[in-house]
Amino acid sequence: MRIPPSLELFLRAVVGRAYPRIVGANRELSWLIPESVLPILGLAAYVYVYRVMKAPPEFVGYVVLGGAMTAYWLNILWSMASQFYWEKETANLQLFIMAPVSPMAILLGMGIGGLFSSTIRAGAVILLGSLLFGVTYQVTSLGLVLLVFFLSLVALYGMGMLLASLFLLSGREAWNLSNALQEPVYLFSGFYFPVKSLGFWAAAAASIIPLTLGLDAMRQLMFPGDPTMGFLSPWMECGILLLLCPVFLYLSKVALKKMEHAARIRGTLSLRWQ
Amino acid sequence: MPEAILTEDLVREFHLKGGRTIRALDGVNLQVDPGELFGLLGPNGAGKTTLIKILVTLLYPTSGRAFVDGLDVTRDVLPIRQRINMVSGGEYSGYGILTVKETLWMFSQFYGVPYKEAFKRIEELLEVVGLKSEANMRVSKLSTGMRQKMNFCRGFVTDPKILFLDEPTLGLDVEAARDIRAYIKTWMKEHPGRTILLTTHYMAEADELCDRVAIIDHGEILACDTPQALKKKVSGGTLLEISLSGLYDLSWLKGNSGIKGLTYSSSIEKSRTTLKLVLESEEVVPGVIKELNQREFSILGIQSVEPTLEDVFLTLVGRGLSDENSTLS
Repeated sequence: MRIPPSLELFLRAVVGRAYPRIVGANRELSWLIPESVLPILGLAAYVYVYRVMKAPPEFVGYVVLGGAMTAYWLNILWSMASQFYWEKETANLQLFIMAPVSPMAILLGMGIGGLFSSTIRAGAVILLGSLLFGVTYQVTSLGLVLLVFFLSLVALYGMGMLLASLFLLSGREAWNLSNALQEPVYLFSGFYFPVKSLGFWAAAAASIIPLTLGLDAMRQLMFPGDPTMGFLSPWMECGILLLLCPVFLYLSKVALKKMEHAARIRGTLSLRWQ
Repeated sequence: MPEAILTEDLVREFHLKGGRTIRALDGVNLQVDPGELFGLLGPNGAGKTTLIKILVTLLYPTSGRAFVDGLDVTRDVLPIRQRINMVSGGEYSGYGILTVKETLWMFSQFYGVPYKEAFKRIEELLEVVGLKSEANMRVSKLSTGMRQKMNFCRGFVTDPKILFLDEPTLGLDVEAARDIRAYIKTWMKEHPGRTILLTTHYMAEADELCDRVAIIDHGEILACDTPQALKKKVSGGTLLEISLSGLYDLSWLKGNSGIKGLTYSSSIEKSRTTLKLVLESEEVVPGVIKELNQREFSILGIQSVEPTLEDVFLTLVGRGLSDENSTLS
């Protein structure tokens, strides 16, 4: 069966843009040490706090899992949302935009490439964190864990594509916006504690970040010690994530079109040093 | 067959912070035929790049219309993008972590070039521009000239119908610039029907390469014709080159009657100032010499020169292209 030419072009562009990130992850291995070892130091602080407080042992697992998932959030902020700013500085952005392919393919390639390098970091954190802090996993449904993980990442990278589109008009402020989003999300998405403790409405509002629900569901499925710690049931969280995936992808497509239009009016697709 | 490029009263304004507006293009009318190597000449800030950005669908015009291969740049974006490519001088596109070959392959994928075909073209292009031995070198290790050559290859690897070259030899050494010019000529010969719009502020480059040139300044097209015809227009006046011993500011000459334009450059090494004048007629020459003598300038030599495109620009605009000190008469 012959692939339609437009789909073939789309897929080629996805592979083309993902390639530098995947190759980059293998070619410069020096990044692996700071990316995998240093996050462990941050996690250790939370682990010791929980131990001093004599918190249930699954809290250590919560922290390790949350710490691993920060890799994806950081990737979204710095390698998706603000990426077009860097691409503009090197004149790549104008070349991406003037290519006869949907910019969604470029974003998707960026996302898949970033997913690859982030997964290496997340895997290293899980492995090292579990070994160092003696985390025991009691996976109740591996299939559902994998499904939640997959949906979380699709929705999250959809959100990353949306942010990248929204930041298309930005100059240096994109860097500041990413910075402003980094720490608050650590808190509101409950990276190091069960999000339920924020209260229902705060947790519900934070659920706009797909990692909030994904993390909560995965914790419930991997550390079923205290069932009252979950925000919503894993199936419900899975359903909401399933809904968020197309919503973010659709919104990013619409936003990208509108932002490209606005950028062509303002002349910000190729102007540098803004 | 539609024109390769057509613009009608094209205007582009940029609104800056503080309410200031810059008119980068001011009613540009241009027609480039298929198969032409067309040059757009002008100093920095003349509007060349803005015009190209509109034609490659990166900018909307404020008013007026522009067509590429008969397609409207505001409406027919995708079909235009399928037909074009652009190379800008001094750009740093690509990723340092990739090799030259990988970078070119990556960009070819955005145009859907099949793998085999892409690598075949890449090999050929790298050979032509003398980058074959650097094919597997990381982009981050390339010199500026090598990187510029790589970007040049990027423009051709997609085999565009219409190619926009925005100062392609900017910052290159003489040899590299010569290689690039030679390839442009070969490509045009081997691909009849393809069109190149070349912007440059190197007049000799335009003179060597272009079938026709347009001279642009402050967003307006001042003249458009073949290089020969443009130079012929200037030969009506007198072009004089005067060498003076010492380094001088000669801007005071600008008000003198009979001087249509002047430019001068000083060489610290030789302690010499070379003054180029476009005069209304030969009758003005004695007056100029007399004035220089009265001011006790030491004249080393005077010669009448054949017009170049630089002189065309000087005549049209009243100042030189590259000389910041040149003045408007």
